[in-house]
Amino acid sequence: MSYVPMCLGNPGKKSYVPMCLKRKQDYKFFKINPMGTNKKLSIFIRKEFYHILRDRRTLLILLGMPAVLVLLFGFAISNEIKNADIGVLDYAQNDQSQRLTQRLSASEYFTLALPLHSTQEIEEAFRAGSIKMAVVLPPKFGEETARGLPGSLQLIADGTDPNTATTLSNYASAIIGDFLQEQQPLQQQPMVIQTEVRMLYNAGLKSVFMFVPGVMTVILMLVSAMMTSIAITREKEVGTMEVLLASPLPPPLIVIGKVIPYILLALANTAVILLLGTEVFGMPIRGNYALLWLECFLFVLTALSLGILISTRTDSQQVAMLFSLMVLMLPTILLSGFIFPIESMPLPLQVISNIIPAKWFIIILKDVMLKGGGMELVWQETLILLGMTVFFIALSVRSFNIRLA
Amino acid sequence: MKTVPYIVQKEFRQIFRHRVMLPLIFLMPVIQLLVLAFAADYEVDNVKLHIVDLDHSQASRQLVGQFEASEHFILTGASASGKIASNEIQQGEADLYLEIPPDFQRQLLRDGRSQLQVAVDAINGVKAGLSSAYANAIIRDFNAAFRQNYGGGIAQPAALQIETANWFNPEQNYQTFMVPGILVILVTLVGMFLAGMNIVKEKEIGTIEQINVSPIRKHEFIIGKLLPFWIIALVELAIGLVVGKLVFHIPFVGSLWLIFGFAGLYLLVVLGFGLLISTVTETQQQAMFIAWFFLIIFILMSGLFTPIESMPPWAQDITRFNPVAYFVDVMRLVLLKGSDVWDIRQHIAVMGGYALAVNGLAVLNYRKVG
Amino acid sequence: MNHAITANNLTKRFGDFTAVDAISFEVDKGEIFGFLGANGAGKTTAMRMLTGLSRPTEGEAMVAGYDVYREPEQIKRRIGYMSQKFSLYEDLKVRENIRFYGGIYGLPRKQVRQEADRLIEELGMSEFANSLVSGIPLGWRQKLAFSIAILHRPAIVFLDEPTGGVDPVTRRQFWEMIYKTANEGTTVFVTTHYMDEAEYCNRVSIMVEGRIAALDTPQAMKASFGVETMNEVFLRLTRPGGGNT
Repeated sequence: MSYVPMCLGNPGKKSYVPMCLKRKQDYKFFKINPMGTNKKLSIFIRKEFYHILRDRRTLLILLGMPAVLVLLFGFAISNEIKNADIGVLDYAQNDQSQRLTQRLSASEYFTLALPLHSTQEIEEAFRAGSIKMAVVLPPKFGEETARGLPGSLQLIADGTDPNTATTLSNYASAIIGDFLQEQQPLQQQPMVIQTEVRMLYNAGLKSVFMFVPGVMTVILMLVSAMMTSIAITREKEVGTMEVLLASPLPPPLIVIGKVIPYILLALANTAVILLLGTEVFGMPIRGNYALLWLECFLFVLTALSLGILISTRTDSQQVAMLFSLMVLMLPTILLSGFIFPIESMPLPLQVISNIIPAKWFIIILKDVMLKGGGMELVWQETLILLGMTVFFIALSVRSFNIRLA
Repeated sequence: MKTVPYIVQKEFRQIFRHRVMLPLIFLMPVIQLLVLAFAADYEVDNVKLHIVDLDHSQASRQLVGQFEASEHFILTGASASGKIASNEIQQGEADLYLEIPPDFQRQLLRDGRSQLQVAVDAINGVKAGLSSAYANAIIRDFNAAFRQNYGGGIAQPAALQIETANWFNPEQNYQTFMVPGILVILVTLVGMFLAGMNIVKEKEIGTIEQINVSPIRKHEFIIGKLLPFWIIALVELAIGLVVGKLVFHIPFVGSLWLIFGFAGLYLLVVLGFGLLISTVTETQQQAMFIAWFFLIIFILMSGLFTPIESMPPWAQDITRFNPVAYFVDVMRLVLLKGSDVWDIRQHIAVMGGYALAVNGLAVLNYRKVG
Repeated sequence: MNHAITANNLTKRFGDFTAVDAISFEVDKGEIFGFLGANGAGKTTAMRMLTGLSRPTEGEAMVAGYDVYREPEQIKRRIGYMSQKFSLYEDLKVRENIRFYGGIYGLPRKQVRQEADRLIEELGMSEFANSLVSGIPLGWRQKLAFSIAILHRPAIVFLDEPTGGVDPVTRRQFWEMIYKTANEGTTVFVTTHYMDEAEYCNRVSIMVEGRIAALDTPQAMKASFGVETMNEVFLRLTRPGGGNT
């Protein structure tokens, strides 16, 4: 049993050993007696696991984050508007106007926040952020319509948020329309076109179906690309990378050994997200499980290759982190179709979205999980991801070789 | 306090010594702002429409024509059976199909009613809801016009005219709404990560020891670490606002002094939080992960992408502890509506309390003695 | 009071592991005190307690006349420290490092600038003055780190294996710097692996498994063991029976 004497005689920087390698067995991979490459690799992988497992906090976050995200999206975040605060400026103060006010505040969409007394007050309320919409009922409200004449009222929405504004005006118009109909039963309408709308794949319009694939993509990207790039640059920054490169392990194996634990971690996360999605939120998996896992594995590889590429280009953890953040994470969240539909983006962005691996992975996930598609449906997307992975790996190998040369 | 300038000077030197840092800190966020502001759009356009017209009547052709004319839809195909159309949706070639049954026109004229079928790919619930609403509106308009033309002038019941006005953003420009919020996110990301990884970096490379044996006071150290990032983030905010003004024509209705004043306070919270993370972690990787964990929750629950009012009450209670939510709100209130100090006094009070608490904790948590 | 450092039953435990086990010793003012021991014997832990980086579990210690429990900040004003890990910022230039450390010890700005010039001059480092620390040879870096540790003219300077990995010529220059510092009245507390360096100290202590196994002048130590070199003394103490071969 001989260990390379790492510390003796050279306490300078290059021999600094990572904090978490405290026990003797951790140094096993530095053993210099001859052994098979497989054995060396497995020892190396074990060392990487010690890094991860000794760091309980990170592990807890890595495993807890997907769960928290899925639960947040499932229970807390939605686009549906309920109980929006509104104000009513009632110039009529009559029976009709009070009934309508009551009717609005009785609906689940609106809560009457405050009575208003002048147009001036509307603006103040908007500026303080205390209401989202104001309803202005003119003097003698309801008297014209009772006599069969057209009447009017005004809805003033806070247009800073255009979507909420439109949705609120629509809800209010519908409630007011119902209210009117009750006042004066309508005659039977002739020539009615009835439209039957079928919602395919997601009859309840549940948003879970959108975010489970999205959250999965973001988490896999985070663990596989960002974590890996930082883990590798860390070895460079503290100088242990040189020790590893000087070991009899071939460089590709060093990198593989470093990333395997992250692959396993990423797959564990996939399991957690899928389990929560199906068990808690009733998301179906209509396609083939094996295909689904294979595709997840493929995406993990794509993300890893990106992480490795970043780490070949820099040796500062901060640069790796900022770069992953700006170039990988934000586009993954915002340009992949996870939150905002790609079709609605301007053309240049639609073009850019094609080079974002997450876009293709999300399509695959939806096709396999919700549409129950097989390889015949997703082969194109799969090929694209595969191609990207090969491309990134080739680039990394090239910059790695340049560095060594 | 004499030592603070030395730390600030050193931090600035270290940050900008990496040649990539400068563009990463100042250029990337601007690019992100440009890209994201265009991307972050909930409006649903270019819905891929597939038509199954089994009637081939004048009425059906008119209806199809109205769909084609709509800005929301683009016709991507037509076929003679619902089955083919379903398949198109599965392939992702269509988002929605409209099936017009045989005898659509005849039934409408003879029986006084007729039926249409619309099927939507509903995986994205929001998009499905909106596109079916667009389709319904087109059909309703078509129905009304058809009645007018063929119904022989049946009197319409007296209607109530509902006028809608959208204040502060009459053109319903979504970018006006999103850009201030995106700016908050970018400034927060850069500030939190730079600060969060900073002290822990000194721990990793070992220089923290050398500082810990010096007589430097804890609060001086924290202030010295906080100031550089505070300045960087404020400069970044300024650049972002200029871009927002020039490119997106964001109205600056309220006072910019107020925005920067509040931003200064807010950044104390964000950076203090980052430094707090830095003091409780051992490696930059750890720090980054903890920062991510909180940031992603802060951002998702900030009301930037989805309105806070839509959240269940317990989630709304949580947002009361979310600094990002306050700043997003203040940016929109002041920039778009012109709110003044008095309007946002509550925001200011909460943020001030937060800043004291977080930075106090960071100072307490930074231990010179192991 | 003639002692720069007094330790009395100073102990540090991590869980059930006792790193430093009730050590007691005194270091006189202006003395060069060698602190020897094998790896893991507890040298660095002991030094970290004396510099206020680590709180002792038990025992007492006074450094520069102050109590390590109650007045660690007073101690820090009066000591310099050069840690085992490389303690300069590699991404700062030589001059920038000097100014930074001068600054956080509260030296006036003008004085810091003068000291930086003087240091660079004295060390003969003008050719490196404006290069990044990461780009200069290890020997130069260690000399620079030492100079920075005594920049604020501390009463005591603690050096944790300052000459590790340094070539013999530079080591010799380094020890000349240590002597010069001691002659100017600064107490030097130094740990080392090199037994020839132990001979340069006024007195040495040898730690074995958390305890002080011997403490005397090098000459007296060699005499009591009846050996020629400190190396043999060390082997006798750390490996009982091992020094005979």
